[in-house]
Amino acid sequence: MSVATARQFTTLGGIPVEPAYGPADAPGELSAPGQFPYTRGIHESMYRSRLWTMRQFSGFATPEETNRRYRYLLEQGQTGLSVAFDLPTLMGYDSDHAMAEGEVGKCGAPVASLEDMETLFAGIPLNDVTVSMTINSPAAILWAMYLVVAEKQGADLKRISGTLQNDILKEYIAQKEYIFPPEPSMRLVTDTIEYSAQHTPRFNPISISGYHIREAGSTALQELAFTLRDGLEYVDWALRRGLAIDDFAPRLSFFFNAHNDFFEEIAKYRAARELWATILRDRYGARDERSMKLRFHAQTAGCSLTWQQPYNNVVRTAIQALAAVLGGAQSLHTNSLDEAYALPNEHAVTLALRTQQVIAYESGVTAAPDPFGGSWFLENLTRKLADGARDYIQAIDEMGGMIAAINAGYPQSEISRASYEYQQKVEQGAAVIVGVNRFQSQEPEPPIDTLRIDQTAHSQQAKKLHRLRKERHNGNVERSLNALRRAAEGDSNLMPFLIDAVRSWATVGEICDVLREVFGTYTERMSF
Amino acid sequence: MDHPIRVLVAKPGLDGHDRGAKIIARALRDAGMEVIYTGLRQTPEMIVNAALQEDVQVIGLSILSGAHGAIVPRVLELLREKDMAGVKVIVGGIIPDEDARELERQGVAAVFQPGASLESIVSCVRQAASPAAR
Repeated sequence: MSVATARQFTTLGGIPVEPAYGPADAPGELSAPGQFPYTRGIHESMYRSRLWTMRQFSGFATPEETNRRYRYLLEQGQTGLSVAFDLPTLMGYDSDHAMAEGEVGKCGAPVASLEDMETLFAGIPLNDVTVSMTINSPAAILWAMYLVVAEKQGADLKRISGTLQNDILKEYIAQKEYIFPPEPSMRLVTDTIEYSAQHTPRFNPISISGYHIREAGSTALQELAFTLRDGLEYVDWALRRGLAIDDFAPRLSFFFNAHNDFFEEIAKYRAARELWATILRDRYGARDERSMKLRFHAQTAGCSLTWQQPYNNVVRTAIQALAAVLGGAQSLHTNSLDEAYALPNEHAVTLALRTQQVIAYESGVTAAPDPFGGSWFLENLTRKLADGARDYIQAIDEMGGMIAAINAGYPQSEISRASYEYQQKVEQGAAVIVGVNRFQSQEPEPPIDTLRIDQTAHSQQAKKLHRLRKERHNGNVERSLNALRRAAEGDSNLMPFLIDAVRSWATVGEICDVLREVFGTYTERMSF
Repeated sequence: MDHPIRVLVAKPGLDGHDRGAKIIARALRDAGMEVIYTGLRQTPEMIVNAALQEDVQVIGLSILSGAHGAIVPRVLELLREKDMAGVKVIVGGIIPDEDARELERQGVAAVFQPGASLESIVSCVRQAASPAAR
């Protein structure tokens, strides 16, 4: 028996890959692109009509510096913005809070007030530019600020386009940027979905995410299954609120990882579309095809980037980006080569953007929608992922839904296990990471130039906040926060109260403190 | 018979990325050590208090957020204040080379950057905990 026949091949996620595939491996009809269940793509012509949005996730140091980077990226041909907030902002703390010590501007832009939000978008017309914001626990608050800034700019709220990540379930599962417990957090998310359905019909109030689940160490199958099941939980809550499925489902959007295993990733996206369409139609009775069409943003896998031989990351990112494009993504972020070290410097992020542009304009893959459709291997893999995800979804249904599953630690333990198993493979050399456990550098590598963020961001922000708190009408702040508190204790939609509070110049931290009072805070159970 | 090594694995600051910390905690446990994992969003005070209460020989800090410059010196300072200078501190995460050298200069036993093997981390903890290291 030769080595080739003896050795077992699997996808990165562990699905066996056979020595050969033929017609028998992909039986059945395949719908066309743009046709239910949209396995091959949600539009008939896909990139022939319109390319995916090139949307680099970005933010660092101060709102001013971040604004400069946004304008630079738009000048370089990026077609949408994506806001990265710093950890204090993500966790609902102002830049001058004790918990913000050492953290301001390090992982993203600090935004504590309406003033910061205005600065972030100075010179950028929100009426015309699509903006995604990666924010979760305090998403409704930052969104309120965004809407007020848009209005101040003269934008038409019925026209503004963008996305709020706002997917709290995956925080408990993977990203861990939770503040409040699940039920009040779901209430907040449902408030934004309801508000958006009524006021901002072109804005996606949520980006149901698998990216972070994958980054935490899950397999592609788990990423697919847990993301979709999270989506169903949001659907259930919105329906319980009294919204009709076709009133809000069209604006539920998704966010997937674009990881290393090329065909597994493409299959994953196709399985996602197929499953979502089928479930929305059959389980929820959706009639509007926009409710059934799964739209997604993809980001190349941060966890695959290496510290060693960082230029290899350019190659990884290119292959991962290609998988996302061949999988029919609507929007794409490509990582920079230096991101195992730091936030991207200008040179690195430009190269990452160029990677997308080369794929879009030079590779030719945009001419035929779902060009791999009909490949026996790919269709078989798509089927396997869809079937596996259905099983996981059913299991979670039987546990009582995703919140029950989270409370039982189920998705978290699945991820921990997958993550540990993969690490064992790396340790044993069974999983190769070029430059790290094989083909290592013999000589010490020349250092690369990386972005350094120092403490001036912190002191600038602290000064700004100090001035803001002195100059604003604190009576109005108090009034609006009291109204918010009362509303949070009841069951009104909180968006109008949040908008009022941000208009009075209440800060993110101050608003979150009120919500912390009313909702309480969440502590996860310890396990590893 | 030797007492098993007691290690505290901690996530200081706001960083919620716990994939690495959890894997390391598990690897140390698999290597026969007693591991206490603090969970997320610990202040330096909470970490040092936990280390004291749990009577650990080694503290492992996992920081990917870039906040190590503020957090680690504070932990070292608190250990000195509480007369716990015998407790070794190991740091892992996104720590640039210059910062790693500086942390070592300040008294951190070792700094692990991305790509470090579990084996190297486990043996480092073992060595740090040994009586000869004190």
